[in-house]
Amino acid sequence: MIYVLTIILFLLGLYGVSVKKNLIKVILGFIIMDSAINLMLILIGYRHGGIAPILLKGKSVATFAHKAVDPLPQALVLTSIVIGLGVTALFVAIAIRIYDRYGTLDVTKIRNLRG
Amino acid sequence: MNGLTILPIFIIFPLICVFIILLFKSFASEKTADIVGDILALLVAGVLAATVFTLIGKNGIYQIGLWKIPYGINFYFDGLTWMFLAIINVIAFLTLMFSINYMAVYTYKSQFYALFLLMITGMNGVVLSGDFFNMYVYLEIASIASYALIAFGTERGELEAAFKYIVLGSIGSVLIILSIAFLYANFGLLNMVYIAKTFALSPHSQFMKYVIILFLIGFFIKGAIVPFHGWLPDAHPAAPAPVSAMLSGVVIKVLGLYTILRVVLIVFDFRQITGILMIFGIASVMVGSFMMYKQEDIKRMMAFSSISNVGLILLAFSLGTRLGIFAGLLHIIYHSMMKSLLFLNSGAVYYRMHTRKTGKLGGLSKFMPVTTATGVIGSFSIGGFPPFNGFFSKFLIIYATVAAGKYWLSAVALFGSFLTMVAFMRYMKNTFFAKNHNTAGIEKKDVPFFMKLSMTLLAAMCIVSVALVVPKIRDRVITPAVNVLMNKKIYWNTVLK
Repeated sequence: MIYVLTIILFLLGLYGVSVKKNLIKVILGFIIMDSAINLMLILIGYRHGGIAPILLKGKSVATFAHKAVDPLPQALVLTSIVIGLGVTALFVAIAIRIYDRYGTLDVTKIRNLRG
Repeated sequence: MNGLTILPIFIIFPLICVFIILLFKSFASEKTADIVGDILALLVAGVLAATVFTLIGKNGIYQIGLWKIPYGINFYFDGLTWMFLAIINVIAFLTLMFSINYMAVYTYKSQFYALFLLMITGMNGVVLSGDFFNMYVYLEIASIASYALIAFGTERGELEAAFKYIVLGSIGSVLIILSIAFLYANFGLLNMVYIAKTFALSPHSQFMKYVIILFLIGFFIKGAIVPFHGWLPDAHPAAPAPVSAMLSGVVIKVLGLYTILRVVLIVFDFRQITGILMIFGIASVMVGSFMMYKQEDIKRMMAFSSISNVGLILLAFSLGTRLGIFAGLLHIIYHSMMKSLLFLNSGAVYYRMHTRKTGKLGGLSKFMPVTTATGVIGSFSIGGFPPFNGFFSKFLIIYATVAAGKYWLSAVALFGSFLTMVAFMRYMKNTFFAKNHNTAGIEKKDVPFFMKLSMTLLAAMCIVSVALVVPKIRDRVITPAVNVLMNKKIYWNTVLK
């Protein structure tokens, strides 16, 4: 059920990218899509009543393996957040330059190339 | 690990040189950084291209950090990987040679080299990686570098093209990471060989079919396959010429076609996909060939021709026969050479004439002999004239469709090839041989030395690479890749004895 909510968040981001006319709103839509994917990845690794996946001194490995949430999706999400950051930074830099050149952030007016 | 310990050099060497170039940019003068960039970029690409040829015929994996799979990630190397590594590094070497002279008119040339080497790192990583998430990370590195490279001149057209490419490319990447999330939920690990084996031994659930469709859409967006091709006709002309050559000749094939081959055809062994590939292949060939006609910009015409040829490759793969797969792989190799040559050629024309419109060009054969010769060779190759390489690959694709009994595909392939030939004959005549009345204020000499050298080498490769069809050479170079694609068991037998 929770996964349906993350899919709805993803679709909201997709709506933002495809429908909105302002360039900044397109970027925000993309950020929302990224966050939805990261949330879904973490949720896949969740275990009900689980503990954080840190092996403390007193605990045994058996209880750790039984109770901890899955740490692998957390590693994947860390990488994915950084990738999203890189793309967003590049996107915003290009948006700033577009505003310099075209004087507008309206997507429908940035249509120099056609054919 | 049988001699594959050299594999990390494909990732580490370009990456270290990126940092060295950027260090020089920060702490030394602009000119020093430019020269350091020239030398390092050529050195990297030359070393990598030479290393690829020492690895011919090898097979196996390299475990990173010596962690055993599936606990660690690994590099996977077989015939298909070798073929793509050769294409990436050799064409990168020639393109970098071209950009020594071409990019001199741009500012921040050192950062161009840094971004270019980053793109090479990403593509080498995509081809080498044996793990799904690793492949996604390198795919993103290559994509981000190419977004920045397209916007490199920061003119209006380039920024708009980069913006369109970022939006569509990011949607593709997000679909890919979504599919990887679903894969992890289903299988519990992300190693390609383990998933291949598990998938083959278990019944195919409906859920996995949707995951594969999501993967396919993501890779179609990256590979500019109709109807997801909207970014390519703007992005490839707007980029500087060496970047266009690399993008059209290599990047759409590595990020689009190699990933489809590796993920969908090998790991997932999904025979029903061939119907989908056929439909999208036909659509690409038709749209690409028709739209090539009314373009006035020579690079835009070549961009649509790329779409058409990628469709032709998809048609060849969708046949499912051994000859079809061989024809498709051969066309990947040959088309990357031909299209890179054509884009570099258009860059040389732009360097002298400062325009890309067909109406304003002409009569270049009088004062640009090398450019004309290589342009003629490139146009004849892609038009499919013997004895150049394009003839052999296109003939094999059409023959494979006839041999498989699918005559409507032969008609589509013939139609696409014919339109490509006519469009490029027109390009050749209008650019090099027609009368030109606008040559006032243009220096009437040929392009500088490195540009001529790289174009000549590529044209020579177009002729020499016909040798790949000869059975003895073909069996060493292409048949291992065909074997892996036809028989999935070879794929995991390399790893799990």
